Amino acid sequence: MIIKVLGPGCTNCVNLERLTREAVNALGLDATIEKVQDYPTIAGYGVMSTPALVVDEKVVVSGRVPNLAQLRELLAPLAS
Amino acid sequence: MSVAALVPTSKRGRGLTLAGVAAAWVVAYWVNGWVWDRLLFDGLGMEPTARVSETIHFFLYDTIKIALLLVGIIFVVTVLRSYMSVERTRALLGGKREGIGNVMAAGLGVITPFCSCSAVPAFIGFVAAGVPIGVTLSFLIASPLVNEIAIGMLFSLFGWQIAALYVVAGLSIAIVAGWILGRLGVQRWVEPFVFETRLGGQIIDSTAGLTFDQRLQMGAEEVVTILRKIWPYLIVGVGLGAMIHGWAPTDFFTTYAGPGNVFGVLVAVGIGIPLYSNAAGIMPLVQALHEKGLPMGTLLAFMMSVVALSLPEMILLRRVLKPQLLALFVGVVGAGIVAVGYLFNILLA
Repeated sequence: MIIKVLGPGCTNCVNLERLTREAVNALGLDATIEKVQDYPTIAGYGVMSTPALVVDEKVVVSGRVPNLAQLRELLAPLAS
Repeated sequence: MSVAALVPTSKRGRGLTLAGVAAAWVVAYWVNGWVWDRLLFDGLGMEPTARVSETIHFFLYDTIKIALLLVGIIFVVTVLRSYMSVERTRALLGGKREGIGNVMAAGLGVITPFCSCSAVPAFIGFVAAGVPIGVTLSFLIASPLVNEIAIGMLFSLFGWQIAALYVVAGLSIAIVAGWILGRLGVQRWVEPFVFETRLGGQIIDSTAGLTFDQRLQMGAEEVVTILRKIWPYLIVGVGLGAMIHGWAPTDFFTTYAGPGNVFGVLVAVGIGIPLYSNAAGIMPLVQALHEKGLPMGTLLAFMMSVVALSLPEMILLRRVLKPQLLALFVGVVGAGIVAVGYLFNILLA
């Protein structure tokens, strides 16, 4: 599972990355997490509000930072 | 620890919690002044008219009052705004002509939830949808300029007329400034990559499909996030306001910066632009200055220049706007604020 956190580096983006790592660890998922800060790439996903979360090239969250429980709910069914 | 974990899970439980919190808020707001009167003047025996007592009373009363207002406003506004999104705004503005586009963009700028860190992707998205540059700029100007916290604070401090005046002024500046910049043909001063970037994939609507419960949760979390971020500014703002309230003689400013002084508005805006604060931190200062005789037009101009133009925002916008456009942006918005300041001084004198 390839997870990407999209955002230019403001506090929200940092929080999203941190919470995503926690969720991944808690669920014991086999996933890599990357940060994408480059605007053309972010736009390439059709994302207009950062931060955003991309899992296996599909945008699952955009424009907000879900809390840990919501992230776990989001990620659990996506584990292959 | 998330706020969500503390709330009961049944629908009835949630409803009761919401009602309970609202009731507690009303009670707290109502008894705020009374509590400090009793504590300081009766309990500690302080002299009500002494400067020190005035200052301390103001500080305590205002801190609580503003904190309560912030909680209420942020919560309600965040929940309401969750029904709108940048993606939907983009769809609404796509292909609109200037003129009507500027008006819509300004209005949408006020109600759309917009983190300034999204300024760049949003800019790219708007351009890709065929939104004219001037219209996009109207959106970017209105968003910070007509600040919901400022509206709530002005309403509570000075009444609905002043709050309404502020909204109208802010929208007008956003519309006119955006239109002027659009007419000047500033495309050449937008960083090229904005036009070259292809917006791929499907546009995800960031707030569609949220349940009401999730929206309430967002509201609560936003309150905590914002309070945590701005409480230093709040303390400093209330502190300054308290000192002015207690120590500056009444009508202090009427002598130096009153309606008769032609430069008052210019000085206020000149000081306001480089200052960085949020609306909540600047309000207690505005309140105290008003008490001491600073005219309302000058005050509104000061407040607008503080919240609308800030260094962090300029740094972010520099990613998409070349220095010439950025300078023009600050200049046109600043000029608009100054004009509004003079106009209101005349109207409200």
